[in-house]
Amino acid sequence: MEKITEHTAHVHRDDEGDKLGMWLFIFTELLLFGMLFLIYAVYRYKNPVAFQLGGEELDVFLGTLNTVILLISSATVAMSITAMQKGEKTKALILLGTTLFIAVVFLINKWFEWGAKIDYGLYPNSENLLELGHGTTLFFGLYYVMSGIHALHILIGIGLFVFVYRQIMVNKINKTDYVWLENVGLYWHLVDLIWIFLFPLFYLIH
Amino acid sequence: MSETNTTNQHVSFLKYQGKYKGLLGWILSTDHKRVGLLYLYTMLVFFSTAAILGLLMKLELIAPGMTIMGPQTYNAMFTVHGIIMIFIIVVPGLPAVFGNFFLPLMIGAKDVAFPRLNLLSWWVYVIGILTVLSSQFIGGWPDTGWTFYAPYSFRTPVNILPALFGAFILGFSSILTGINFIVTMHRMRCPGMTWFKMPLFPWTLYATAWIQVLATPVIGITLLLTVMERVMGVGIFNPAMGGDPILYQHLFWIYSHPAVYIMILPGMGVISEILPVFSRKRIYGYKAIVLSSLAIAFVGYFVWGHHMFTSGMSGRALYAFSFLTFLVAIPSAIKVFNWVSTMYKGSLNLQTPFYWAVSFIFVFMIGGLTGLVLGSLATNVHVHDTHFVVAHFHFIVFGGTGFSFMAALHYWFPKMFGRMYDRTWANTGWVIFFSGFLTLYLPMFYLGILGMPRRYYDYLPEFHGGNIISSLGAIAMIAGILIVFVNLIRSSRHGEKVTEKNPWGGRTLEWQTDTPPTLENWETEPTVTEQPYEYK
Repeated sequence: MEKITEHTAHVHRDDEGDKLGMWLFIFTELLLFGMLFLIYAVYRYKNPVAFQLGGEELDVFLGTLNTVILLISSATVAMSITAMQKGEKTKALILLGTTLFIAVVFLINKWFEWGAKIDYGLYPNSENLLELGHGTTLFFGLYYVMSGIHALHILIGIGLFVFVYRQIMVNKINKTDYVWLENVGLYWHLVDLIWIFLFPLFYLIH
Repeated sequence: MSETNTTNQHVSFLKYQGKYKGLLGWILSTDHKRVGLLYLYTMLVFFSTAAILGLLMKLELIAPGMTIMGPQTYNAMFTVHGIIMIFIIVVPGLPAVFGNFFLPLMIGAKDVAFPRLNLLSWWVYVIGILTVLSSQFIGGWPDTGWTFYAPYSFRTPVNILPALFGAFILGFSSILTGINFIVTMHRMRCPGMTWFKMPLFPWTLYATAWIQVLATPVIGITLLLTVMERVMGVGIFNPAMGGDPILYQHLFWIYSHPAVYIMILPGMGVISEILPVFSRKRIYGYKAIVLSSLAIAFVGYFVWGHHMFTSGMSGRALYAFSFLTFLVAIPSAIKVFNWVSTMYKGSLNLQTPFYWAVSFIFVFMIGGLTGLVLGSLATNVHVHDTHFVVAHFHFIVFGGTGFSFMAALHYWFPKMFGRMYDRTWANTGWVIFFSGFLTLYLPMFYLGILGMPRRYYDYLPEFHGGNIISSLGAIAMIAGILIVFVNLIRSSRHGEKVTEKNPWGGRTLEWQTDTPPTLENWETEPTVTEQPYEYK
């Protein structure tokens, strides 16, 4: 007999369906960032010199650091899922906690990076930036928009990690039912993947 | 707990008493049928609001010069009319109301794949609406037109932010519904229901859901960039800072053209459901309809440029977009032939849903063929931004989506409410609405060819005659809408009771469950063995 706990139809579980839903959501994210990459391509094509000079202004060290730690965090969240599949709760929690920690570190680095730029007067609509001409304005406009929206995704990821951490603590996510953890992991890989493209486009291409 | 279950076994979803009572039992219900009705009621309110704005605009245009409102008010009117009608009514329209209600029933499922997400979509939808509407009270009515074209959208003195942000939120609701439907159709079809045994309305919902998932993010980021442009001045669409306003138009139409197919595809599905039932005949060319739906969804992605023929594009791009536009007309035409062939030699049962369906084909053809006039380069330049365009898209969006919505409402009404509407009033309403519709929009084609531009509160005296006819048509059409709505609302409470499962003699699954359906739709899970629409 099925249980009716709230005013709802049946309670049904379909892990494959849940993951399919997550993949569809990832498609929407790819389209969203895809359009930003498209805009980047158009403006880079129109202002090649300004974009090159803009890229040289960015801190390659901080960018590389963030790339490396984000890649590590993708590995730790994947390991956390494997640990959960094996039923090793403590290990899963530690690995998830590590991922969460790295996500926070990423944002702290971003904070310093943005802070330095803003101190130089390089932020949207600033007098300094407008004096540097159209191409540079667009470069930094896109830099703030794209890395800003990416940072927002990191922030949402942190919220999700806190949520699944709690769910594991109270055994809602367990050895037999871990699709939430898997989906959060998928989301995190997406956030990582987008950064993999953002990093060379802004920091490395000279 | 098991007791609750048994006592509720045969209770209709309308009367079911769950954890919450009264209004809360509705706005917190994850039952797909209740969610569908929540959308229906919300849309009823806002459709009426926007229709009244439309009527006011037609009254303004009844005579040249200022009749009842000035230019700024008129700009606000067509903007708010457009935002409500597009983002709140026709884009969610059929999928949110009838898709939610009937998709699980038609594929033999107990609910959608993610019931809670489904309820969340409605809540997000309501939050989006409230955000859009808050612009009326914070900083004046938006006046950019529903397209929010750059650079005016970040230069206008009125506060456009709530409208932009509200439309962004409404996009989320649309995406969530799309994801939900795709997963539902992949995972929850009942035993025996293979893809090609699925009825056509679910098929068109499937094509629509993919567009919702793959196109909506584009408008999301575009609106967000416009918000950032206005708040922070990032310069991406601002020509004064090196940005390109034409890029805004591209991004806007990369979503908004596929969105036209979000509006019309489910309508085509509804018509494909209704015609076989009232012709007592198998649908002609089931697979052709399925494949043409998917083709429309696919080709529809690559035609956005035809909205921008006069904006400045290379000649080669113009030819490509024009060619693709002609290409996308083919699958629509295939469907029209299918519908007509379905009726051929059928034993027609002349009922209200059938009238709406046939008039759909008529107005859809006018809308579609005038679309080709707009899709060809030479004529487009002549009628660009005139009343011809307004007439064309009202024939498609209102004629197409609106008529199929009404057809669906009259077709599924007995199943949804367990009552029948007054058929005489329903038919009267249809006659008045249909003649009002034609009187309203047909003269606009003529005015457009003469050169009357859209989006002006005033016009030259030579356009007076056509505008008088058009405005009188608007009054008649509103009277028709009123009759239809009053009849349906009254009948949903006091209409003649329907208890039989299948009042129209339909062959699809939703007619095999109770009327109105119970909470979990089925006592035993249905099994499908034959194609839909097998009339012997």
